[in-house]
Amino acid sequence: MNRAPGPVRLLPALRAPAASRGNAVPAGAWWLWALGLATAASRTTNPLLLGLLVGVAGYVVAARRTDAPWARSYGAFVRLGLFVVGVRLVFSVLLGSSVPGTQLLFTLPEVPLPDWAQGVRLGGQVTAEQLVFALYDGAKLAALLICVGAANSLADPARLLKSLPGALYEVGVAVVVAMTFAPNMVADVMRLRTARRLRGRPTGGIAAVLQIGLPVLEGALERSVALAASMDARGYGRTADVPPAVRHTTNALTLGGLLGVCAGTYGLLAAQGAVYGLPLLLAGLVAALAGLRLGGRRSVRTRYRPDRWDARAWLVAGSGVLVAAAMIAAGGADPEALHPGVVPLTAPVLPLWPAAAVLAGLLPAVVAPLPPSASPVAPEEQA
Amino acid sequence: MIRFEQVAVRYADADRPTLSGVDLTVPEGELVLLVGPSGVGKSTLLGTVSGLVPHFTGGVLSGRVTVGGRDTRTHKPRELADLVGTVGQDPLAHFVTATVEDELAYGMESLGLAPDVMRRRVEETLDLLGLAELRDRPIATLSGGQQQRVAIGSVLTPHPKVLVLDEPTSALDPAAAEEVLAVLQRLVHDLGTTVLMAEHRLERVVQYADQVLLLPSPGAAPVLGAPADVMALSPVRPPVVELGRLAGWEPLPLSVRDARRRSAPLRERLAQITPPAASAPIGPVTAAAPAAPPAPRGGLLGRLLGGRRTTAGAPAPSEAAVVARADGLGLRRGRVEALRRVTLSVAPGETVALMGRNGAGKSTLLSALVGMLEPTAGSVLVGGLHPFRTAPREMVRRVGLVPQEPRDLLYADTVAAECAAADSDAGAPPGSCRALVSELLPGVPDATHPRDLSEGQRLALALALVLTARPPLLLLDEPTRGLDYAAKARLVGVLRGLADEGHAVVLATHDVELAAELAHRVVILADGEVVADGPTARVVVSSPAFAPQTAKILAPQEWLTVTQVRTALGPARSPETGPSTGSPA
Repeated sequence: MNRAPGPVRLLPALRAPAASRGNAVPAGAWWLWALGLATAASRTTNPLLLGLLVGVAGYVVAARRTDAPWARSYGAFVRLGLFVVGVRLVFSVLLGSSVPGTQLLFTLPEVPLPDWAQGVRLGGQVTAEQLVFALYDGAKLAALLICVGAANSLADPARLLKSLPGALYEVGVAVVVAMTFAPNMVADVMRLRTARRLRGRPTGGIAAVLQIGLPVLEGALERSVALAASMDARGYGRTADVPPAVRHTTNALTLGGLLGVCAGTYGLLAAQGAVYGLPLLLAGLVAALAGLRLGGRRSVRTRYRPDRWDARAWLVAGSGVLVAAAMIAAGGADPEALHPGVVPLTAPVLPLWPAAAVLAGLLPAVVAPLPPSASPVAPEEQA
Repeated sequence: MIRFEQVAVRYADADRPTLSGVDLTVPEGELVLLVGPSGVGKSTLLGTVSGLVPHFTGGVLSGRVTVGGRDTRTHKPRELADLVGTVGQDPLAHFVTATVEDELAYGMESLGLAPDVMRRRVEETLDLLGLAELRDRPIATLSGGQQQRVAIGSVLTPHPKVLVLDEPTSALDPAAAEEVLAVLQRLVHDLGTTVLMAEHRLERVVQYADQVLLLPSPGAAPVLGAPADVMALSPVRPPVVELGRLAGWEPLPLSVRDARRRSAPLRERLAQITPPAASAPIGPVTAAAPAAPPAPRGGLLGRLLGGRRTTAGAPAPSEAAVVARADGLGLRRGRVEALRRVTLSVAPGETVALMGRNGAGKSTLLSALVGMLEPTAGSVLVGGLHPFRTAPREMVRRVGLVPQEPRDLLYADTVAAECAAADSDAGAPPGSCRALVSELLPGVPDATHPRDLSEGQRLALALALVLTARPPLLLLDEPTRGLDYAAKARLVGVLRGLADEGHAVVLATHDVELAAELAHRVVILADGEVVADGPTARVVVSSPAFAPQTAKILAPQEWLTVTQVRTALGPARSPETGPSTGSPA
């Protein structure tokens, strides 16, 4: 009767809390999750799996995105993905394809090209195989883009930059400032365009854009000067005194490390030299990281409420990694299922285990904290 | 705390120093108000304290400025950051990060404070400035008053000893301005912060100042003294001081409360005279120009039409007498209903002031009237046309809007080119715009770049461009922002002249003194709805937020401006000047 209902008490603890700054999933975790999905997408051309991946990413975005300006970028990325598929198909039709096919769909008039353009074809026969191949290929790229878009709309870009090491802080600020300037400039363009109406001129057209170009640039320049003054007056660029020895060591470590990374990469990519390539690359990386860390001493900055990696963050990042790992493993075990045949044309089948693994990517939609304004549609908008 | 020793500043291309002979000390824990006409070097003086002049702006600084013992010549602004907090005129240009909480922490991060100290101070500052609800909000979505508070908060968190503010309340509605001033008051009283602040809207701030620093004219030596003493010789002064001088009160009152305590004799004398606003429907205009035939009719009709809001079924009066009419106007921007069921009409020769807090829908209403936004419900008719669906070329002859930032209207690089463009845009004969410019803005050569004009001159230029098409309806969005009293008086003169010629004028403004001076009718918006609509005197006298100082001092009598009191006293006073001037003193 009055037994402690264990699972019942556990359930509320498992439910995702409302998001606040304190429990927000770090931007890095969202990016790991999205890159995991993207890696998985890059391993397959199976349209059913790609569709599933896009669906998973879209569902998580719909469930967990905020009202922030960057959260609206998902739609733009989806449109970009569709555009990529379209372009890939058009090119395949116009330029032909190296895929041999037998199912002739139609024949375009072929443009005769001079000798030096051998190997390039304009127009000619279009086969079903080549179209399907182009479609699969385009879909793969589109899925990659959409995964990046998902990360973009879930993670606050400014917070991601905040987790850069101290020595790279200046670069981070430059990027943040540039990012806040773009929307300001767009707002300026809109404002000035509508202001043209007040002078009795049409607000659209190229003339409008040209005429307001100069005022917009002027405004942006003035704003950046004002911002620079404000940043200076608020202590931007204060440096701590560092002994010369440390400064020299920093320079030596950073430069030497980068050289090592370059040489190591070259060694790995070149035909011979794989023996010394990997150790050199690793040593270079270590030296460069040490240089960055030492360079951070010059900066007196501290961090306000840095992102905290809690269990939920690890689950979000881990689910992405899991999807990627499963897809790579599946690619090794059963490459056929991940790359449905084009010649001869076969209907793609949904491989059960990879598909199940992809569904693990839905985990963030359950565990990530729920943004307060996540109500998808306001009631009055449904009416 | 701040010592100026024989400070002078001269910019490279100037023929005389912008600032000279500044030699004074601002003691710790005082709120010092910097006053003076536009272009007198107030911002430059503020800049020397934070070190931005000359380290950032260039120019030559002679003499020495020390803040808390640090010489600004040898210390760069960033090395003064823990000592001086600076907020410039435009808070949006001040923000480095995107959200409120990060912005508050930014300065402390730069100084390298410990994380737990930062966290505590951010929480304290959120409470101190009443920003706790907004902590996660993107700054771009905040209202003007909120942004200003965030800007002040962002420089407060490093606990500076000196706070330097350039026009902190100019862009704010009266309530938000009170909020910001209350915060400053608290900082001075509780934390002992020294505040140096420049402000044009003296009526809002002069009562809070411990000392006033007056820069009388460009290059002239400044005067530092007790507010009442300095106000006695200042060329810029708020209505309360103006009234005090008119009535001969000694010492000069600085706050409404001081003035009210001394005002009993004046009120007694005024009791026998009916305020012009109560007797004639269009007080200010009749006072200035009694022979203005279209105005009284328009004002009266306007009132009738305005009343239609409550009697929805009443038959509409003749369309000809109405310049613009909004009927049940609704407008949405995204999910926000910026306007809801707004019904309003404006008659020729009438001046209407739109008031209400930041974000109440004033600018949106103006945009709808001029056709920049499409109504989502109801209708707007301006000169019988739907503004949004009419070609811009047609619309400029019916309605003109001077936007909040007059610079938005200026594209060309000389005044002459702007005028030529305006003539061709409006289809007016060449030279008509230039004639207007000469009238509104005498003494500005053709080759001047619009950017080199002062705030007030730029407004006048934009006004001339808009008026070139002779629109019967003129809209102005926040016209007095950044104007000093002289520029404001000129603007009032111009707008009154236009109203006398039969132009209808609608102003969206926070400036209650301007509304009192100019408007026949006041419409108050709140949350996109009209909450009050009636003759200026009736609407503003009863409201604590929107009443001008004169009305507050002389309530319950319906006097709105010092000018009204002066004209009323004038004839009554001249015969008996001898005996009566001595008596109130």
